[in-house]
Amino acid sequence: MKVLVCVKRVLDPQVKARVKSDGSGVDLSNAKMTMNPFCENALEEALRLREAGSADEVVVVSVGGGKTQETLRHGLAMGADRAINITTEEALEPLAIARVLKHIVDQELPGLVLAGKQAIDGDSNQTAQMLSAMLGWSQSTFISEFKLDGDTATTTREVDAGLETISVKMPAVISVDLRLNEPRYVKLPDVMKAKRKPMDTIELDSLGLDTANRLTVLDVVEPEGRAAGVIVANVAELVDKLRNEAKVI
Amino acid sequence: MSNLVIVEHDNNDVAVATLNAITAAQQIGGDIDLLVAGENCQAVADSAAQIAGVSTVKLVDNAMFGHHMAENLALLIADVAKGYSHVLASATTFGKNIMPRASALLDVAQISEIVEVKSPDTFVRPIYAGNALATVQSSDSIKVITVRTIKFEAASASGGSASIETLNSGSDSGLSDWISQAVSGGDKVELTSAGIVVSGGRGMQNGENFTLLQSVADKLGAAVGASRAAVDSGFVSNELQVGQTGKVIAPDLYIAVGISGAIQHLAGMKESKVIVAINNDSEAPIFQVSDYGLVADLFDAVPEFDSAL
Ligand SMILES: Cc1cc2nc3c(=O)[nH]c(=O)nc-3n(C[C@H](O)[C@H](O)[C@H](O)COP(=O)(O)OP(=O)(O)OC[C@H]3O[C@@H](n4cnc5c(N)ncnc54)[C@H](O)[C@@H]3O)c2cc1C
Ligand SMILES: Nc1ncnc2c1ncn2[C@@H]1O[C@H](COP(=O)(O)O)[C@@H](O)[C@H]1O
Repeated sequence: MKVLVCVKRVLDPQVKARVKSDGSGVDLSNAKMTMNPFCENALEEALRLREAGSADEVVVVSVGGGKTQETLRHGLAMGADRAINITTEEALEPLAIARVLKHIVDQELPGLVLAGKQAIDGDSNQTAQMLSAMLGWSQSTFISEFKLDGDTATTTREVDAGLETISVKMPAVISVDLRLNEPRYVKLPDVMKAKRKPMDTIELDSLGLDTANRLTVLDVVEPEGRAAGVIVANVAELVDKLRNEAKVI
Repeated sequence: MSNLVIVEHDNNDVAVATLNAITAAQQIGGDIDLLVAGENCQAVADSAAQIAGVSTVKLVDNAMFGHHMAENLALLIADVAKGYSHVLASATTFGKNIMPRASALLDVAQISEIVEVKSPDTFVRPIYAGNALATVQSSDSIKVITVRTIKFEAASASGGSASIETLNSGSDSGLSDWISQAVSGGDKVELTSAGIVVSGGRGMQNGENFTLLQSVADKLGAAVGASRAAVDSGFVSNELQVGQTGKVIAPDLYIAVGISGAIQHLAGMKESKVIVAINNDSEAPIFQVSDYGLVADLFDAVPEFDSAL
């Protein structure tokens, strides 16, 4: 079975986003970028499936311009066999990303697609569900456990009430949560090996897909900050403030 | 304009979060209909019909919707949605699972986790863990929206008298099967609706020590929450996680104990009315957002706080 893993290049989670003063968006110039953390978990799971003999090829795919290839190289260094980069400088919405990914799935015919539950830049949490709908496949989202048994998979989902276990027919699109696994570290020899692995670069425009955005971003602003509070000397003062000043207990 | 709000429920009761989504629909304006899809869920439709401001409750009662599997539910929503300008659900794991699937079937964008309705086609939503707020205008004929509950008051659960219309729609895709659900909540106060939340982080050291927080919570009628580090370390279960990738809450009082205040944690609690931090590191970023900070060892401070209550 071939596994396709969808990965996105995003602002490093340790870096606080800076809003551009003209309100046009978040300033990413010279910012530290990385593979979306959830996508690393998705890739890790695919690699484990290959190591367990359940998958024979792991392909990473990313839609994006700039240095997206660096993120795919990181995926190859983690252990993916091959990479596909659909290039565009346009910031596409999840609906368009899903349409592009569907095109790749139709060509690659994987038995399983793994994605992150959300990209930590747009916080959309949409792409996997949309791709699954377009393919007419089964879906399981926000998973923290995955077990493949033949033509079904048993998955445990992190939901508001706790954990839900469902089984899905293969092929499926699965979106993963951070507790699914611990992504491996990349070692220097892996980075060297990754340089020789194949990477296809396809221009988005050459695919002739409708990827027009449906939303116009009118402005992006920083939220109001909180006013600085006080440091209390001891527990007695804290209780007094909560009772008599804030009146919340 | 006409709004369809997807009712989240357990086949018995309407989830409170749905009432917040209904308020967002009221702000958009126009008629509000509700869709109740489930199994043996007449009781849900009956209480949904009591919610103030609702015109019609569409009820689809069929075993194929019993566990809200995304494939069946999204097909149904996409089908019923065709008569509406706006389709909304709360941004809970229920809404997040099904709504993008429905919106792809409708070939429209989804607007995730709105925090404000500017006009019927313009909405504000947080991005980058809430470090930026984007105002977006939709050009789609049907606007599919998930609603961040903390930013919209709950609509009144009574006072309405909607009609109930039973539909025989739906087809079973047979793509997925529900197996089980593990809920550890019991009779504890629920995190998203609690007025006071006491949260613990890695500083708690282990799961047993969370009994210190539970004792405080019991006295205050509060819920217990946690940072991701506390959940990852196995101290408490996943449904207690507060943050960018957990629950977003805004109680009247949030007490953060042994939590450093990472961006991703703040994303889930910084809208709380009053924030208290107890941490032995005076440099911890949590103090920058707290109204009252106590620099102390939590193992001294929490028992003392508990007995002072
Ligand atoms: C993609 C992504 C998503 C994430 N999503 C979330 C999320 O949704 N929610 C979330 O919480 N995190 C999330 N995180 C993790 C986040 O970045 C932090 O790692 C996490 O919040 C840290 O948890 P913590 O504050 O409990 O632990 P730490 O950062 O280790 O802080 C522990 C604190 O306890 C204090 N302490 C220790 N001992 C004592 C004592 N005896 N008395 C008093 N204080 C003490 C320390 O001074 C320290 O400040 C996410 C990270 C990523 C990359
Ligand atoms: N540009 C992209 N290229 C490849 N995969 C993507 C892209 N955008 C989103 N995804 C996948 O979809 C997941 C969810 O993203 P989102 O719907 O934007 O929150 C990500 O974790 C990726 O797995």
